[in-house]
Order: sequence, then C-alpha cells, then structure tokens
Amino acid sequence: MIEARSLTKRYGDTVAVDDLSFTVEPGRITGFLGPNGAGKTTTMRLILGLDRPTSGTVTVNGRPFDKLAFPIREVGALLDAKAVHGGRSAYNHLLCLAQANNLPKRRVGEVLELVGLSDVARKRSGGFSLGMGQRLGIAAALLGDPQILMFDEPVNGLDPEGIVWIRTLMKALAGEGRTVFVSSHLMSEMESTADHLLVIGRGRLIADCSVAEFIKANSQRYVRVRTPRPGALVRLAAAAGGVVKDDGDGHLVVRGLDPALLGDLAFEHDICLHELAPVDASLEQAFMDLTASSVQFRAGKLDEQDHERAGRELVRAGEVA
Amino acid sequence: MATTTVDQRRAGGVHAKQSAGRRGRAGFAEAVRSEITKIRSVRSTYWTLLALIVVCVGVGALFSYGDASRVTSAATAADRVAALAHARAFNVSGSLAGLLIGQLVIAVLGALTITSEYTTGMIRTSLTAMPRRTTVYAAKAVVFGTVALVTGLVASFASFFAGQALLTGVHAGTSLGQPGVLRAVVGGGLFLAVCGLLSFGIGGLLRHTAGAISAAVGVLFVAWSLSGFLPSPPSGWFGQADIDKWIPFNAGGAIWEHFTGLNMFSPWIGFAVFCCYAAAALAAGLIVFCRRDA
Repeated sequence: MIEARSLTKRYGDTVAVDDLSFTVEPGRITGFLGPNGAGKTTTMRLILGLDRPTSGTVTVNGRPFDKLAFPIREVGALLDAKAVHGGRSAYNHLLCLAQANNLPKRRVGEVLELVGLSDVARKRSGGFSLGMGQRLGIAAALLGDPQILMFDEPVNGLDPEGIVWIRTLMKALAGEGRTVFVSSHLMSEMESTADHLLVIGRGRLIADCSVAEFIKANSQRYVRVRTPRPGALVRLAAAAGGVVKDDGDGHLVVRGLDPALLGDLAFEHDICLHELAPVDASLEQAFMDLTASSVQFRAGKLDEQDHERAGRELVRAGEVA
Repeated sequence: MATTTVDQRRAGGVHAKQSAGRRGRAGFAEAVRSEITKIRSVRSTYWTLLALIVVCVGVGALFSYGDASRVTSAATAADRVAALAHARAFNVSGSLAGLLIGQLVIAVLGALTITSEYTTGMIRTSLTAMPRRTTVYAAKAVVFGTVALVTGLVASFASFFAGQALLTGVHAGTSLGQPGVLRAVVGGGLFLAVCGLLSFGIGGLLRHTAGAISAAVGVLFVAWSLSGFLPSPPSGWFGQADIDKWIPFNAGGAIWEHFTGLNMFSPWIGFAVFCCYAAAALAAGLIVFCRRDA
C-alpha cells in the first residue's frame, strides 16, 4: 500500500507535483496516467525517497521508504532501465542489490532465469539491447519478491513480444495479490492492463477511479449515421434532444441520443439509413479530453475539427486492435 | 513466456532467509558487502590499481637509477662524494617519488567510485535497494579506503625495494630497519589511501567525473606546483614558508619525506593536517550525498 498525502515537489518556480493525495491499493494494477511532463516519474521518485518532497508525505506500508527494514523485499521498482553501470555484468549488478538487502545469492540466478537472461548473466550490461535492459530492470524489481511493484513506463520502446510479456507479468503479479503501480502516458496501454486509474496533469490529480468508471464518466458515446437525407435527420435528432454534427465525410455524428431511439425516429419518418453505428469513444479520447487543459507542452492548439478527426483515428485504431 | 513461473519462483526461500537472518534491518554490513561486489565487478578498478603500482614503482625506480648513475659516472672524486651524499640523503624519498604521480591515479579511482554511480544512473538503483544514504556513503568510503590502503601499501613497499635494489650497487641504499624508514614506507601507503579518500569526498560533492578529478588534481598537485611560485617575503613576514607547509601535498608528503625542510611539519603532524583536509572533503561530500536529490 502506497499513501501520498498532499505531496508537493517544486523545482524553483516549476511545480512538478502539486498537492497530490492518493492511495495505491494492493491486489490490483493501478495505472498512473498522465501526459509527458505531468509529474509521474517525479511522484515515483518521491515514493522511493530519491527526491525529497517540498511538502507533504508519502509512505510505503505505513512508513517512509528509507525506514523500511529491507527495502527491496517490500518494494521492487523499475524507474529507468538505463540506471545500471554498463561495465558490470547482469549477475553482479543483481548480486550487489541482493547483498544490500541480505538476500541469498541463489535468488539472483532465479530472477535471471525468470526474465530469461540466464544465458547473458555474465555479460556486461552495457551491451544489452533495450529489451534485455528492461528485463534486467524487471529482474532487479522482482529480486526481493516484494509485495509492491512500481514500473515507470515499462513498455516504452519495447517490441510487441516484450510488451505482451510485461503485460502478462504485471497481471500475474497483481493476481498473486501484489500491489502493482504502473505509469504510462498511453491510455490504450492502461485500458488493457489497469484495474484502477490515477490520472494526473501538471502535477495535479485529475481522476482517481476504476477504469470502467473512468470511461463511463468521461467517454462520450455517440452514434455515427449515414443517410441520403442528412438535413431531415439533423432536424429530427435536434428536436429529440441530440447534438448533431456533420463530420465532413458523409457521416453525421449524433451525441446524446440512444442509437435505438435514433433508428426508430428515422424509421418513423421514412428516412433511410445507410449506416448506424454506436461508438464508444476510447479511453484514449477520454484521456485526451481530460488532460487537454493540463498538457504542459502542446504543439499549438488543434481546432475542433482536427480534434474530432484525431479522435476518430484513435477510435479506428482501437477497432483494429 | 516465463511469467507463469512467477508463483513457483517466489516460493524460492527469500522469506526463509529473512526469518533466518539475525539482523532485522539492512544496515552497514549489508551495504559493505554490496560495495565490495560493486568495486570488484568493474574493470576500471583493476586497471587503475595496476596503473597505480606501475607508476609508483616506475617513477621511483627512475629517480633511484638517476641518483645511482650520477655516483658511478662522477668525473672526479669530489663529484663522486657529492653524488653519493645526495643519493644517500634521498634514498627513501627518491624511491618513493612515484607517489607524486601515484596520488593522481588513486584520486581518479576515488572520484570514480562515487561519480560513476551518478554518470551511469546506477545511484538511483543503488538508493532504491538501500535508501539510508549515510550508510551507503560510509560503506563506499570504507570499502574504497581499504582497497586504496592495501594497494597503496603494495605500491609503496614495491617502490621502496625497487629503489633500494638500484641504490645498493653504489652503497647508497638503506633498509626498513633504519630510523624512520619503515614509517616513511608505511606512510606512503597511508598517504595514497588518504589522497583517494579526499578525492572520493570531492566526487560526492561534485558528482561529475571530470569535474571531481580536475578538482582533486587541483588540490593535490596544482596547489603544490604553484606554491613554488610564491614570493619569499623578508624574514618575519608571513609568506611562502608559512604557506608551504599547509599545501596538502607538502603536509601529506611529510610522512614519506618527499621534502623535508625547516619550515615543514613533522611527519605525523603533517599527515594529521592532510587527514583533516580529506575529512573536510568527505564531510562535504556526505552532506551533498544525503541532501541533494539523487
């Protein structure tokens, strides 16, 4: 269990983490979501005591991280796979971490086998590929068989096989009753792995709820229709309380109306429909809508239509996946 | 792939060890073992230590050989007497002259021991495994200090014996049994270890390899080089002679007689002063190591 209370970190005038309070519960995967620069990594560094909070507190199992008796037996963390001395072999890297927590040498061999690095255990880690480096980082996190695991953007730069491997691993770990706290800036990633979400933007907590709740509260369900008589349908739908927009490629986008109701209306008024598709805006869209106002670095403002198009593309990408 | 085995793997006795262990908390002993693994598992350690011994012995042998050859090649009897007197006067300090360069080599390793953690990012992993920073810093310093002391003693004794072997031919050599000789040779090893620790402290303070090594070379070597350029004021004034003995290298070098003069500290006092400089660097390094975000 990780508990943050009014956690704040300032670097000069920049507020990286702003009055953050949350609890990460055991037995599930908590996704820590936010755009790049939102303060996810800083929050994780604060949890691990690498950074000192400007104010507020954060505890792990009720205690500050540096008061834990054997830290890596309680918390396994992968913040940055590059945080190793490249001149040291994978085996020795893990051995020095194991020794710091009085873990048996045998455990090093076990985690190396678990992540599939046994064959290169004696090779210097500086020559490892990105995927191998990530596996070494995971091995270090699992070394102490901890109840709490923290991963910062674990799938970044991995190939599809590696991504699947990490997802499966995280689910297995949570399935064993462990606390898994994983950050990502990709909503789709969280959609397929997380049970619970903490969403932050500009260092502030935007949402703290289950993934289902998050989608329900934030997704904008809509109906996509195509008809040879758009003008008539627009009037009908508007009269029934829907908000209609022409998306420019022959479809109408109707919000606020049930798809069945819309179909019935069209039928009653003899408007033939060539297409009627209820669309659940993906979590990606909800996330983008939610954090749009809190993105720190934005490449110029998208106009409404661009935004809509970007949303559609994401929806399609979601359908394909 | 291997994920299905998480369950059975984790049964692998980690907690058995935990309950079997007498200690209830990861502390200094664990940190020391970890640091021993760290220092012995990178190649730079071996290269630097080998370089230390080679440089100390090589430069010292060169000095002793030069002194010996001036005796054998003296043109006149008077020259020969003078050369022999010189060779005898510097038979210890000449053979240890390589320490002047050796101090820089051990300074490099001292700085690297701590700065390499920052330049590689390893520090973030290290402090996640052991977040009690004072313990980590102390363990690092003790492990490095021990390695530096042992290697320093080897370098100092090897330099001494090599030098005496060259000087014995002209009857200018000495032995460890002579007054003050053992102190000087052991002192050479102590001096190197403290040089390394001073640099280690600077490494903790600056966190950058290049910066820390430059600063250490400045304190150990450049300060000494420049001290020779200070003007000599009229007697009774505060000047070169008063400053000279406080120069780190002069204070620390007193124990192995690199230069003995009326104005210098006596061997152990000088060494104590040198240790104070190193202690100040170590303390400054510790404060920064603990206070600053990693």
